[in-house]
Amino acid sequence: MRRTVGALLRKELLIELRSWQSVPGMSLFAVTTFVVFHFALNRSSVDGDLAAGILWVTLLLAAILGVNRLFVADAEEGGFDGFLLAPVDRGALLLAKALALLTYLVALELVAVPAFALLLLAPSLTSTLPSLTGVLALGDVGVAVIGTLVAALAVRTRARDLLGPLLALPLLVPIVIAGARASSPLLALPAGQPAARWLATLGLYDLLFGLIAYALFDFLLED
Amino acid sequence: MNSSSPPPRPLGSGLRALSLATAGAMALALGLVFFYAPLDAEQGFLQKIFYLHVPLAIVALCGFVLAALMAIMHLRSRDPRWDMRSYVAIHMSLIFAVATLITGSIWARGSWGHWWVWSEPTLVSFLIVFLLYATYQPLRFAIEDPERQARYASVFAITAGAFVPMNFIAVRLASAYLHPRVLGSTSNLPPQMAFTFVVSLIGVALLYATLCSCELTAKRTRAQLRAARRMAEARTGAGEAGGAQARRPRSAVPSLPAAGTLAAPAPRGGA
Repeated sequence: MRRTVGALLRKELLIELRSWQSVPGMSLFAVTTFVVFHFALNRSSVDGDLAAGILWVTLLLAAILGVNRLFVADAEEGGFDGFLLAPVDRGALLLAKALALLTYLVALELVAVPAFALLLLAPSLTSTLPSLTGVLALGDVGVAVIGTLVAALAVRTRARDLLGPLLALPLLVPIVIAGARASSPLLALPAGQPAARWLATLGLYDLLFGLIAYALFDFLLED
Repeated sequence: MNSSSPPPRPLGSGLRALSLATAGAMALALGLVFFYAPLDAEQGFLQKIFYLHVPLAIVALCGFVLAALMAIMHLRSRDPRWDMRSYVAIHMSLIFAVATLITGSIWARGSWGHWWVWSEPTLVSFLIVFLLYATYQPLRFAIEDPERQARYASVFAITAGAFVPMNFIAVRLASAYLHPRVLGSTSNLPPQMAFTFVVSLIGVALLYATLCSCELTAKRTRAQLRAARRMAEARTGAGEAGGAQARRPRSAVPSLPAAGTLAAPAPRGGA
């Protein structure tokens, strides 16, 4: 299982490194969205709830771009057939894809969070960065798991570009609620600490959807 | 998938009894709501929408969870009838959810002066659940192969069914506790109100069951009719068309495994 996941993850990252299909697009989208928010809100700096909301919505929409592309190559170039011919656990594909998406999200945040701090955020991030990283990591795991499940569900339908976001956004609402509430005190002007219940909600949600995705993923790969 | 046995009872049996029971229970419930239950001290007549809104919400949510259980049965047994039941349950629950949102909105307007109140967590959760389930049919009908359609729809139904309680917890956590909780509030209702509420809940649940079984019966009848017609066509056209292998028509309704299931009843009437 570990070797399979490793091989699949290596393949995913190699394809991304050679084609640069997802991460640059996602990062550019996030930076552009910050600029759009600046003009749409007519504010040069934000903090607190507003900052948390802008950050999470932007990351979410950028993540959706990656989710939409996650299985496209497999569906179009016969990657599913190749994988199904191999005598390996099918859960390995879920795990590898979710880890690949998680890597994309981390790469996205390495660009988007500094850009956000530079362009829009009023308070300095230096003291709260470790906590913010933790909150973002918890959210990323959930987005990666749900995004992978939704991408697999939508990729072989006629309207996959439309269905992916439509399915993903409501499922991600609890992550946005908990993520934004947890990071709001970190981005406020007298910075505070996130309430433990939001971190617990994020962790529980990640765990629950991880189990659901693992239980159901096999059924999406039968033909 | 081919070996599913024909339905044990004739289609639509029991539907009349169920409909009569529903009509009786709904009439009784409305009678109790308007003539028996006392006026609420704070909200007055407006509070009577509670007897419709809350049962609709409970039944719609139970329908979503039921659909997830049926989807699990489908994935375990691969019997397409479970998928059909899951589809019908979600379809009806969606309609009930729309009714819940509308009645909740009216109630919010009456008691708080706004059509939409973000601080009412149950209503907000309902909207999110509704938005998720609204993608069920677009997802389903964007898949052409009937077997894959059923399988993917079941995966969706299970995921969404698990999402329902999680979403309610998350939204509840995020909101202020403004409003008495609906599920816990029957215990502190006066007995007359609680009785009326229970009768309304039974009436609405029966309505849900009746509508579901009407839709299921209609779908099965349509599938039987289609199979019978196809068989008739195959017989009349067997000489000229050289074994007209009638292909299963692609249709907007989730199709039963028509050929296998429905071979039995057709010869009785035809030939």
